[in-house]
Formats: sequence, C-alpha cells, structure tokens
Amino acid sequence: MSAAPAAGDTLVSFRDVSKVFTTGPKRRPREVTAVDGVTLDVKRGEIFAVIGYSGAGKSTLVRLINGLETTTSGTLEVGGQQVSGRSETQLASVRHNIGMIFQQFNLFTSRTVAGNIEYPLRRAGWKPEERRARVTELLEFVGLTERARNYPEQLSGGQKQRVGIARALASNPELLLADESTSALDPETTQEVLALLRRVNRELGITVVLITHEMDVVRAIADRVAVMDSGRVVEVGTTADVFAHPQAETTRKFVGSVMHTVPNAAEVEKLRREHPGRLVMVDVRDQNRIGEVLSDAARTDVRFNIAFGGISILQSRSFGTLTLSLTGPPDAVERTVDALRAVTKVEEVAE
Amino acid sequence: MEWSTLAPQLLSATGLTLYMVTVTLVLAGFIGLAVGMGLYVTRRGSIMENGAVFTVLNLLVNFVRPIPFIILLAALGKLTESVVGTRLGPNAAIFAMTIGATFAVARIVEQNLMTVDPGVIEAARSMGVSRWKIITTVILPEALGPLVLGYTFLVIGITDMSAMAGAIGAGGLGDFALRLGYQRFNDQVTWAAVIVIIILVQLVQFFGNWLARRIMRR
Repeated sequence: MSAAPAAGDTLVSFRDVSKVFTTGPKRRPREVTAVDGVTLDVKRGEIFAVIGYSGAGKSTLVRLINGLETTTSGTLEVGGQQVSGRSETQLASVRHNIGMIFQQFNLFTSRTVAGNIEYPLRRAGWKPEERRARVTELLEFVGLTERARNYPEQLSGGQKQRVGIARALASNPELLLADESTSALDPETTQEVLALLRRVNRELGITVVLITHEMDVVRAIADRVAVMDSGRVVEVGTTADVFAHPQAETTRKFVGSVMHTVPNAAEVEKLRREHPGRLVMVDVRDQNRIGEVLSDAARTDVRFNIAFGGISILQSRSFGTLTLSLTGPPDAVERTVDALRAVTKVEEVAE
Repeated sequence: MEWSTLAPQLLSATGLTLYMVTVTLVLAGFIGLAVGMGLYVTRRGSIMENGAVFTVLNLLVNFVRPIPFIILLAALGKLTESVVGTRLGPNAAIFAMTIGATFAVARIVEQNLMTVDPGVIEAARSMGVSRWKIITTVILPEALGPLVLGYTFLVIGITDMSAMAGAIGAGGLGDFALRLGYQRFNDQVTWAAVIVIIILVQLVQFFGNWLARRIMRR
C-alpha cells in the first residue's frame, strides 16, 4: 500500500464557482442562482460539513463535485482533475474516485443487498471472485453480513443507508459525498450512521463531504464546516470555532438551534422584566476565570445572578454563553464588567 | 352445421390467432420497446434529453395511436402489399397489427419507465456508469415488473386486433366467429369462439400477473 497522503492538502477546490439554473418556459426563462461565486477548499482526510437551510444551495454545491450538476462558471477540481466544463462521458473517471450516498438511499430495488454493493464493481469490470471478496469485506464493515440476500424493502432505514455506504465505498473512492444522508432517519439511527461515517473517515482515510440542515450532525462528526445562505458560503471554519464564535447571522441561528445559550428577543424582554440589574452576556471557554471575577465582585457590593445560558463540550473543549444580571453601585458594576472583559468576551444585552 | 366439422376449424382458427398474436407481440414488443425507450430518454430532464427526437417520436405516436385499427388495416393496404407482397392473409394482418401495436407498446413502455425512481438513476450516474449501461442495467431491471404487466395488457389488445384482421381474410378466431357464426345466425358458433378467446386471455393474464409478482416479490 502506498503511503497515506499528507493530511491537509487540498482534495476539492472551488474557485469562484457559480451555478445558475434556467427554469420556466423557453420564451420567458427564469434564472435562479443556486451557487453564487463560491471559493472553498476541502482538505484531504477531513470530514467537511456544509450546512444551510433548504434552498440555500448546499445540495447543488455538493452535486457539482461529482458533476451531477454542471458548473455555470468558475473552476472546480477534485484530486487535481478538473471537473468543471467536462462532459458526462468525460466525468466517468472522476466519478470512479467519488462515492455518494443519498437522503432516500437510492438503492436498486431489483437487486439484493449484495447485488447493490456488487453493482459498481461489475461496471468497473472486476473479476467475479474479486467482486465476491470485496462484497464480503464491505458487508462485514457495515455489519450486514446476514442481510446479503435480502432485498432493500426488507431493511430498515438505517440498514438501507449502511448498504448505500457499502455500495459507495465499493470501488475504493478517495472521497465520499453524503447528501442529507441522515435526514430520513430517526435520532438513534442517525447516530449509528454517523458513527459509521466516522469509521469510514478514520479507519479507511476517506475524505467525507456531508451536507445537512441539522447542526447536531455537524457537531457530532465534522472537523470543519461551511455555512451556506442564498447560494453563498457565509462562514467557514473548524467546527469548534464556528460553534464558539459564530459570525454570520445564519450561523448564529444554527448554533442557537442546538446550543440555545443566547436568549432571543422575546427572552431578552422577559429577562429584563425579571432582572433589574445590568445584563451582560459572557462567553465561557476552557479555563476562563469568570467564576473568580464574580467571586471578587461580591467584595465590592456587586451581586450577580445567572439569568440565562449553558455550557457544553465540543471536540473535548468547553464552550457556551452565560447571561448575567449584575446589581450594585454603578461604578462597581462597571469595574466588574471591565474585569470580565479582561478574561473573556463580554457583550451587553441590548435594551 | 355439425360440431364434428366445426371443431377442427375452431382448432385451426385458434392456432392461427395464436400465430398472429405471438408474431405481432414479438415484433411490436421489440420495436415498441425501442421507441418507448427513445421517448423516455429524450424527454426533458432525462438522461439523453433531445427535444427534436422527442417531438418527432411523440408526434408519430400520437398520429398513429388514435386511428381505429380496422381503418388502419385498410389505409395501410398499399404499404402492406409492397412489404409483404399481398394485402390479404395472416402475414398481411401481422404487418398492420405490428404497426398499430408498436405505438401502443411505445406509450406503455414510456409510462412504465417513468415510474423508475430518478434517484436510482442518479446513484448510477454518480458511479460513473455510462448512459447506455444505465438504460440496460438500471432502468430496464427496475421497471421490469410494471413492464410485464404492461405487455400482458397489450396481448389482449393485440388479440382484439387479430379478430378484426378477419376482415382482410386473415382467418383466426374473429373470422371464425363472424363468418361461421354471426353471418349464419349461429350464436353457438360465435360463442364458441368467444369462449376460446376468453380462455386464452385469462391464461395470458394469469401468467403475466404471476411473472410480475415474482419479479416484484409481492
């Protein structure tokens, strides 16, 4: 086996890529920009998530990678091979290197579990005995050895997706695209499939690009995440950074959906009614000294109350937000806020 | 008329009907499959989208399909004569029946192929499978169950056509019923032919259902 490629070099590169769909009647065509000038790199060996609301263009973005949709402008390369501007026939060699799984699994109903996994190997011209060995190996990897002779309709959703994963991995691709691969599954099965995707990444070294509208999925497995809104990538970063310091409004909403630690407008109003003091929001990070500052504050007649917030652990790092209500002599409160600013990020809760 | 003389005629008429229906089914089955697949793959958004080809095929099918078969039979006379060598007899009938049935097959094939989940076609595309291979190894196998039912339905239509072919002296059960039954005011003879046709159709339908059930595992 050849040496593993150096982690971190670029596998997929988008350079100012746009995709415009033309819909409606030919006489009065309507143009819809699904992907709008995206520049993005996916590194070899990582799990890269693309998150956004439905209609944000994330599905189109991922389908550009294996040419299921063609780029309107810009350049797109996968493993150094150009994808943009290639014909369906020319794309075959690129696609052999990219597996894909789908929200609705898209298994062949006319073939058994083993038949589904074997299909891409047949098309790639593998010999029967090699095919059999590979199918056995893959069935074992996804834990469906006993189901080899079953048909898809006899399987549960989670099992179907595991077949989908085995089929996508059959011809040893470098890259796996997962298009809302857990959105049709219940929470428990979702965790099962995500665990399998993590194994695909860690044990087989396959780069994974997954799209989702669930921040929980991102939190569970992604190394890095891109947030999409109206066809644009509005934020990219490591999952920890994006969770800790969401910059774009969309990102904040997504982070808020799983980590409801920042009060919304209605909640702020309620907090104002209940807490007479000055309301500030402080970021909680590993080893910060918010507790110390607040303990010291008590000595200057400043009293505090925790009005809202929460702390969680993501990729073994603590983070969260607390909304504090501070009461006491105004200058003493001011000094406490300054002391907090010295140890963490502080935001006044707007009136 | 005595059944002792009618029975052999009924038997040979049955044989002739089976011959015409079978040959037509095979010919129209294959040509219609090709035309139907052509319609399916060239329509908008399909894997070989081609507006011009689709429009031509679609017009052709819409043009031939509404013509009542008995009129098509007469209208094709000249063409039949130049292709088969005669306007009369079972082979002339097969020619006209094949033309009539091909376009019905095409429509049914097109409709059944459209029931294939676009998702599985996309899955095959994502594996880098060629368009031709997608047709033969994904679309056809996935649509096989409904296709079998569609063809079964067509056998009955073709049997219906073969009865009308009696009008151009093609023989068969239709001819038997009309000439020896209806025209001689012998309802028993007419009904004998009807019963044989019913039995044949039942057998075909039964077999078609059984096959489709096996394919679709239901």
